[in-house]
Amino acid sequence: MEVELKEMLNDLESLKQSLPDPSHRASIDKLRLRVEQLTSLEKSGPARRLKVKDMSAEVVDSNPYSRLMALQRMGIVENYERIREFSVAIVGIGGVGSVAAEMLTRCGIGRLLLYDYDKVELANMNRLFFRPEQVNMTKTDAAVQTLSDINPDVVLESYTMNITTVQGFETFVSSLKNKSFRPNKEGSGVDLVLSCVDNYEARMAVNQACNEMNQTWMESGVSEDAVSGHIQLLIPGETACFACAPPLVVASGIDERTLKREGVCAASLPTTMGVVAGLLVQNTLKFLLNFGQVSPYLGYNSLKDYFPTMEMKPNPQCSNVACLERQQEYIVAKPARDAALKAKMEAEALLVPEFPLHADNEWSISVVDDSGLDSMDATSSDTLPEGLVRELPSADKSQELPTSEAPLTSNDDLEDLRRQLEALNS
Amino acid sequence: MEGWDPNTKSTLTQIPLLTTKAGPRDGAAWTQRLKEEYKSLIAYTQMNKSNDNDWFRISASNPEGTRWTGKCWYVHNLLKYEFDLQFDIPVTYPSTAPELELPQLDGKTQKMYRGGKICLTVHFKPLWAKNCPRFGIAHALCLGLAPWLAAEIPILVDSGMIKHKDDATSSTET
Ligand SMILES: [Zn+2]
Repeated sequence: MEVELKEMLNDLESLKQSLPDPSHRASIDKLRLRVEQLTSLEKSGPARRLKVKDMSAEVVDSNPYSRLMALQRMGIVENYERIREFSVAIVGIGGVGSVAAEMLTRCGIGRLLLYDYDKVELANMNRLFFRPEQVNMTKTDAAVQTLSDINPDVVLESYTMNITTVQGFETFVSSLKNKSFRPNKEGSGVDLVLSCVDNYEARMAVNQACNEMNQTWMESGVSEDAVSGHIQLLIPGETACFACAPPLVVASGIDERTLKREGVCAASLPTTMGVVAGLLVQNTLKFLLNFGQVSPYLGYNSLKDYFPTMEMKPNPQCSNVACLERQQEYIVAKPARDAALKAKMEAEALLVPEFPLHADNEWSISVVDDSGLDSMDATSSDTLPEGLVRELPSADKSQELPTSEAPLTSNDDLEDLRRQLEALNS
Repeated sequence: MEGWDPNTKSTLTQIPLLTTKAGPRDGAAWTQRLKEEYKSLIAYTQMNKSNDNDWFRISASNPEGTRWTGKCWYVHNLLKYEFDLQFDIPVTYPSTAPELELPQLDGKTQKMYRGGKICLTVHFKPLWAKNCPRFGIAHALCLGLAPWLAAEIPILVDSGMIKHKDDATSSTET
């Protein structure tokens, strides 16, 4: 195209020279100007950026990572480039998950695994990320299309499926276990799982997989009335799992009884979802790159701009068997953990020596656990920090409903029962 | 049981409760649970028939009993409206209820998530959570689908979003 335009300019020039009548020259000059405009448009048009081998800290406008590497120069992050080694799985590519995926992509994350079974529709356009021309594409494919344009360095894997079904769950677990991206990594094939789904069922499925795999994950959510949200860090055995206690929600302060639900399932706002995605990815970066304090739970009430925090210990009576196994392992590993912590603190004490790095900053080093967070047992509801409420009740031990018949327990034949139901159905 | 109509309440209390807490990945315990599911569904279907309130057909469409398909119907202004019904038993069942789908109504009502999953009332999930593992498929149909059909089908018919099948054929014939 560029070559052809150049030839056209040459042709116009020779035409101008060969014309005996100078009255046509003005219109030829006009034509030439238009061709020149086209040439510059062509030059500035879409061009895919090439992959880069190493993250450079060089401050030039062609370096996509210069501002991120500056975090390292400023001493916020010790080794930013490590981000390229990390794999993050994002479950649910909706209003929160898609934005989280874009943020991690722009940060130069090594690999993203994307899970969703939905398609993009026009009703999603009040949220960020997806574009109207992507309507009817699967969310995972549309996300890969956009993300690979933004940053071709990121390895993207998309899984179009529902993780709550038996088959979907198996595929989910085996994809998390795949270590081909970094074969010598300990544990699973991913460093963190982010749950960005919009329902309890899918969260419980992520919880199940992560408990079984001993996989650290973060949960995120936006309330159905679109005005509050939360993020939560879950480390199997160490913190409460998602099934240890009924899920917490940030109270919006609106009286449930005044909330009109007729004719709608859920509301959504790009702002609340964007804020929650930002909080989630910030916590992810702190967790992966080891800087600042990783929040165990952070709520967001947008009506009052209130951010409750707290941490939750696991429930020794959790209904999830894998959670109990992880809790046991965590207790068994306590002496080793204490010894490692002691050794680390001694090593750091040796390093601090002649002149402390931040002599004027006495609160940057905390030896004792003084996070200032409300710590609580997963089961207790009365000690919940202000502004947090349980979304669901606990399972009753006693029978809530009066029942006319005794519970079903006898050992009948399954085939026989199937036939009985079929007989009723015909 | 706040927020439920007396009819749903009294029907619910007559559906046999289940005891085994097992999901589709739990091997022999799941088989035991499946037997309880069948018994509970058989009792509920029999009860509906004897009360002249038969309103669904459901059966497992795979040997593992993790996928269920069938039909449900609702009578409005003396006309019967029938729909395909399907759902999967989630891996975290019975901690989480099955998500009931009416694929033919996908996109026709706000009270539905993608894929035709019905949007349950705020009362359903708390009651299900409270009664885990005693509630099964029959309870989900009674507490989830029946009130949904009663609330949404009249609106869908009156607004013209769905047509009776006889209407549809007669209008194409003439
Ligand atoms: Zn737990």
